[in-house]
Amino acid sequence: MPEHDIHASPFVSPEGPDKITVRDLDFFYGDFQALAGIGVSIKQKAVTAFIGPSGCGKSTFLRCFNRMNDLIPGTRATGLVTMDGQDIYAPGVDPVDLRRRVGMIFQQPNPFPMSIYDNVAYGPRLHGVKKRAELDDIVRSSLERANLWKEVKDILDRNGLALSGGQQQRLCIARVLAVEPEVMLMDEPCSAIDPTSVQKIEDLMAELTDRITIVIVTHNMQQAARVSEFTAFFLQEIAGDPAVLVEYDRTANIFTSPQDRRTEDYITGRFG
Amino acid sequence: MNKRLANRIALATLYAAAGITVSVLFAVIVYVFINGIGQLSLSFIFTWPHGVNAEGGIWPTIVSTLYVTVLAMLIVTPIAILAAVYLAEYAVQGRLVSTIRFAADSLASVPSIVMGLFGLALFVEALQIGFSMLSAALALSFLMLPIVMRTTEEAIRAVPKYIRWGSYGLGATKWQTVRRTVLPAAMPRIITGIILATGRAVGETAVVIYTMGQAINLPVTPLDSGRPMTVHLYLLAMDGINLPAAYGTALLLMILILVFNLGARYFLRRSSRRM
Repeated sequence: MPEHDIHASPFVSPEGPDKITVRDLDFFYGDFQALAGIGVSIKQKAVTAFIGPSGCGKSTFLRCFNRMNDLIPGTRATGLVTMDGQDIYAPGVDPVDLRRRVGMIFQQPNPFPMSIYDNVAYGPRLHGVKKRAELDDIVRSSLERANLWKEVKDILDRNGLALSGGQQQRLCIARVLAVEPEVMLMDEPCSAIDPTSVQKIEDLMAELTDRITIVIVTHNMQQAARVSEFTAFFLQEIAGDPAVLVEYDRTANIFTSPQDRRTEDYITGRFG
Repeated sequence: MNKRLANRIALATLYAAAGITVSVLFAVIVYVFINGIGQLSLSFIFTWPHGVNAEGGIWPTIVSTLYVTVLAMLIVTPIAILAAVYLAEYAVQGRLVSTIRFAADSLASVPSIVMGLFGLALFVEALQIGFSMLSAALALSFLMLPIVMRTTEEAIRAVPKYIRWGSYGLGATKWQTVRRTVLPAAMPRIITGIILATGRAVGETAVVIYTMGQAINLPVTPLDSGRPMTVHLYLLAMDGINLPAAYGTALLLMILILVFNLGARYFLRRSSRRM
């Protein structure tokens, strides 16, 4: 057995209350095992970053938190994922309810082809809010929290797709905030938008953690270092093998004194 | 052979083929236009034909054509859209679904005169609806159904995955996602399909000749019979009763179909801008 295997997917628990706890998670696409033995604790009201080379299963893992993988036929997760102590894969849990509590931002900004107002009101309407005044309030406060209100307050009836890429991404954030999620998953939210907008979204993440827990997948190590409090490093060492969690710690420790040589190699740019 | 010469021959052949296509189209339009334009007037459109030679206008036939087309559209649209949603979103993709698709494509290529005969046997006689707008609309809907269903299915499939994810990610169920996101996003292309099918119905002759009757009536209820523009045109021209009026009818028919096709283009443009 290679020496480093004893470090594979260690269960580390930095201090602070857990929002999401994962133990021994395996994930399969059909016969292909994508993740093996992942264990991690996502801290409440903090930003946690998942880093690692492309194709190492970070996004797959992220989608386990809102069971978005359920939508891909032939996928299967085993192990334990709990949120506030409750198993989210338990038979009684409806993934539709779960996704309301665990919102998601995607790599490609994906506003619906409808007005800015209707984009933000989409979630609340799904869940039964009908009164115009109430919707108006939600739309306004969500756009304000997403730092987009000033830019769009006079064009709320314009199509969401007419906005710039960065604005579209903030619109998507407002859309998620409108259903008041407890957790926001961000799957490379900045890789398809311009640098000025990236700055705005990073600032926003810091503000949002006053109420919500954020997990972000990023290719950009500087971004992980800037925005996150905790960082998890994933690696698929041999093509075709499942990816593992190599190291998980406070972001400062990961970037200054990583415990695993593979982490050090990655953050110093020796591969990936 | 010299390769530059081969190049020139190929080029000339391509130009010739393109030229023939365009000029045939142009010739038809110009011919109908020249022969029909003299007839076009408000009174031609808005008055009734009279006398043995069907002089005067063609108003009741225009009404019959629009009546049956709108009726067929109302019958086809909900069924075709629901079937397409089922096929694209819910059905387990496999042999059953490909069989349904093959059946729909086959239905689209059934000769329309056969569909007319079928409409005559089923709606006019077996179901005793008689020669009527309803019988004709039902028979026409068989012709339109596969067109609308297939274009709707394509439109639904063309809605990007990540837009659906956005909806699911907010805690939407599958039906909420389909109804509130997928269908609105696909709507411009669905409307395009409906309009193209409708254009086809406007120009259809064989189906309606068997199912609507030929009497010149102004239809009021769906059970009234009538004579659509295409049948009017056919009768006027075949019996050589009134060729100028036949050309006038033909020109109006072409204008009507042109309007439908321009409408389809407009919606398609809008959809490509939005997606």
